[in-house]
Amino acid sequence: MSAALRALASRRWVAVWRRNYLVWRKLAAESVAGNIVDPLFYLLGFGLGFGAMIPEVDGVRYIAFLAGGTVCYTTMLSASFESLYSGFARMHVQRTWEGILNAPVSLEDVVLAEWTWAASKSLLSGTAVLLVATALGLGQSWTMLLIVPLAFLIGLAFSGMGLVMTALAKSYDFFTYWFTLVLTPQMMLCGVFFPLANMPPWLQALASALPLSHAVALGRPLFLGRWPADPLLHVAVLAAYGLAGFALALALFRRRLLS
Amino acid sequence: MSVVRARGLRKSYGGAEVVAGLDLELRRGECFGLLGPNGAGKTTTLRMLLGLTAPDAGSIEVLGRPVPGQAREARVRVGVVPQVDNLDPDFTVRENLLVYGRYFGMSRREVEARVPALLEFAALEGRAASRIQALSGGMKRRLVLARALVNDPDLVFLDEPTTGLDPQARHLMWERLRLLLRQGKSILLTTHFMDEAERLCDRLAIIDHGRLLAEGAPHALIAEHVEPEVVEVYGEGVEAWYAAHAGPLSRRAELHGETAFCYTDAAAPLVASLAGEARLRFVHRRANLEDLFLKLTGREMRE
Repeated sequence: MSAALRALASRRWVAVWRRNYLVWRKLAAESVAGNIVDPLFYLLGFGLGFGAMIPEVDGVRYIAFLAGGTVCYTTMLSASFESLYSGFARMHVQRTWEGILNAPVSLEDVVLAEWTWAASKSLLSGTAVLLVATALGLGQSWTMLLIVPLAFLIGLAFSGMGLVMTALAKSYDFFTYWFTLVLTPQMMLCGVFFPLANMPPWLQALASALPLSHAVALGRPLFLGRWPADPLLHVAVLAAYGLAGFALALALFRRRLLS
Repeated sequence: MSVVRARGLRKSYGGAEVVAGLDLELRRGECFGLLGPNGAGKTTTLRMLLGLTAPDAGSIEVLGRPVPGQAREARVRVGVVPQVDNLDPDFTVRENLLVYGRYFGMSRREVEARVPALLEFAALEGRAASRIQALSGGMKRRLVLARALVNDPDLVFLDEPTTGLDPQARHLMWERLRLLLRQGKSILLTTHFMDEAERLCDRLAIIDHGRLLAEGAPHALIAEHVEPEVVEVYGEGVEAWYAAHAGPLSRRAELHGETAFCYTDAAAPLVASLAGEARLRFVHRRANLEDLFLKLTGREMRE
């Protein structure tokens, strides 16, 4: 980790982050359109259609309840797609990293840039969901603004773990495991679509170990204008997942690329 | 004054020694060739010199910096043309140069000031806004070379720079590399093309199984290790001719497949013995680097 701290201080990683940003900017129109249209129809369809059958959840309309969870899982997915598929393309398929590493840039710089870039994508997609929700008249509290930095933190947690998978991957197919075994279960178990309190205790215990539960525990109250319970605990769990993922990913990338 | 100095380099992977005690020295302003069959340890050696792989044993100094300890500082003054093109497919020609310059800590203005000269050097004027997919193989290769020069390096590493290029593109690449040498830059080159090494390199090293087999100026090495003249004979019945004449009339002769290679100081008797052989064809030539390479590394296929 000390090498990573030195890399952070040297700021050479910013050039690599910027490279990813410049590529994104070329396709920004399509990307932003997807970031907006996707949650829009999700909220409208699911929130209104499903919500019509449910009087209220947690004292709010179902669509508002859903929006608070949607912003969390959307940020989870965008950091995951970026760190897995796009990260693998840059590391392996396009050999972009190889070119960068021939310059006076270290592997720590590159991985740090990938980690924070994927979290930046989370911030963008999270903000897009907030805008959509606001346009639908769902969120009105100033506490919503705290979801912007939260989206970045959720992004760090999931891209840190995602980079571990990227460091181990032989091909894109490998990522299917991560989506079906790790991310989809979290979508279903971590309180995105329904309150965790309705689940049996053993399932609640399992869910409480998963990072998305902690993201939702912060994101939903902030979206609904309430103050989350135990905020520091949830922030610490997300940060721990992110840091542990980053450290492990860095060690695996070193073994893969620098041995 | 040496720009690269490596002593006693060793590197093993899973018990197999890929580089087994290699010494290399590259002098300022020269083109040094690193030659060897596939799997000889060339790419691993380059990676160690760049500080991308730590040697198991030995010491490396690049541009006065110990590597890998200060590899990053050393790479500030180094340019690299990798074996496989890794241009950014999402960027234009010009953007590739701008983005790459950033990795050296250069400001946009600094890189922009260099772009026209780099494009001219790469014979890519008018292509600044082209997408990478629209470039030919030779153009991509020259852009990779231009990209390696974005930081105005003192030392350029080229890993098989002309593999896959057509003859026109190869000649243009060679011309550009000679231009770099005239500008006083030092070049370390790996290649499978013996004519390329013979044309460009002031000195070269032939390595195999991670060991140095020979090192020196191409022509001096050829003179030292190989007989000056070669007669290659092929065609139907070459075996019979080989059995009767090749041994007595050559200093050294080998039959490989359907071709006899006869190495000699004076080829006249060999050529005379072929006068009546209507079915045989032959080539009489001076010994070249390929003869040296094959003598030192053998003729078996490497996969």
